[in-house]
Amino acid sequence: MTGIEIGAPLAREEALKLRAGDAALISGVLYTARDAAHARLIELLDRGGELPIPITDAIIYYVGPTPAGPGRVIGSAGPTTSYRMDAYAPRLLDIGLRGMIGKGRRSPEVIAGIKRNGGVYFGAIGGAGALMARCVTAAEVVCYDDLGSEAIHRLTVKDFPVTVVIDAHGNDFYEIGVRNYAEGGMKP
Amino acid sequence: MREIKTGAIVDAVREMCIEANRELPADVADRIRAGGGAEPWPPARDTLEKLVENFEIAHREKIPICQDTGMACVFIELGQDVHLSGIPLAEAVNEGVRRGYAQGFLRKSVVADPLRRRNTGDNTPALLHVDIVPGDQMEILVAPKGFGSENMSRLAMFPPAAGERGVKDFVVETVKMAGPNPCPPIVVGVGIGGSFDRVALLAKKALLRPLDRPHSDPYYAAMEKELLERINALGIGPQGFGGLTTALGVNIETFPTHIAGLPAAVNINCHVSRHAARTL
Repeated sequence: MTGIEIGAPLAREEALKLRAGDAALISGVLYTARDAAHARLIELLDRGGELPIPITDAIIYYVGPTPAGPGRVIGSAGPTTSYRMDAYAPRLLDIGLRGMIGKGRRSPEVIAGIKRNGGVYFGAIGGAGALMARCVTAAEVVCYDDLGSEAIHRLTVKDFPVTVVIDAHGNDFYEIGVRNYAEGGMKP
Repeated sequence: MREIKTGAIVDAVREMCIEANRELPADVADRIRAGGGAEPWPPARDTLEKLVENFEIAHREKIPICQDTGMACVFIELGQDVHLSGIPLAEAVNEGVRRGYAQGFLRKSVVADPLRRRNTGDNTPALLHVDIVPGDQMEILVAPKGFGSENMSRLAMFPPAAGERGVKDFVVETVKMAGPNPCPPIVVGVGIGGSFDRVALLAKKALLRPLDRPHSDPYYAAMEKELLERINALGIGPQGFGGLTTALGVNIETFPTHIAGLPAAVNINCHVSRHAARTL
């Protein structure tokens, strides 16, 4: 697999260089969170609490993996649909979240939050959980263990393949890709 | 009268939950491969190649194709000359799901209450449908259904005047609205007719028919073909990055309906369009 090699956590200046449509390979640390974990994080912020993960420059991966079988680090681990986290994402972006990995469209509010903060939204291949699990070299639960698969995990990843879907300038590859394809251009 | 012990149902459901989540049916796998070969658009070709790699890894390493191992939709056709002995049928099915999801290291994705949302911890209950049919055999089909695609499904109660055109436009519009969200390339199950409840079940059942088997009625077979062409002309493509392969197939199921109505439902499935079946 090929792509721009980037690290996680991801600094603002690195995020600003990325463009919608770029293929990227992420190495470093990702935090997982889906619906239930996001609800708890926001509730915590509302109460003035301290987040259980270092949010500055962090990349959150929207995933609820399958349990690891014997001898495995993690089970299948592909992205879940991102719009369900749209209600929470702008708040996290405003306090330092740099990137999100998921699949599917984002709301205008999230896109505005990405632009405002120099963030980035990556798409991973939905339904390719077995393939992406291979890029996870370590996984541990950070908190909310009672949520099972929805607990916040700390994943160490190596060359995790993603596409830049929404860049820090607000370009959206779901629109650009479909448009360029329709116009018959053979370069994304 | 033939006796079937419900313990055999527990075992069969357990096995099928695991198998369906690891092994993509050949008709779906073939369409994904064929789609990749036909794609002129590099992001689309690349995505489809990765999907092939993904289901091959799942098969080889015995892990789920997708992390959303779904709610277990279980369809039973029970011969009326069968006598079931042992624990009640629904309990047997749920016990099979419980064991399959634990032993197969599948994700437990079911909450006990839709609003209070506590996970049941064992992926039960199953969504069980039983039809009584002639004979002394029992057909069990397990279709784990992911919700990324389920959430993009729609139902409409059209007036009869909407006709064929209204239904077809509704199907295409549903896929367009879903865009990249349901993990295209998708499989589209369409239900037409019946009632409010029945039409949704028809759409679900449409997803179970192999993609290489068109509707037995040439009128609907032609409609399936036309809808697939219209959907793939949308250009959404694999993962929504543009391309030819937005859908792998469109299947339609119908039922007689009321003189005042024209129910239509579209149940979307992702490219991990899974099921396994056994005859007892």
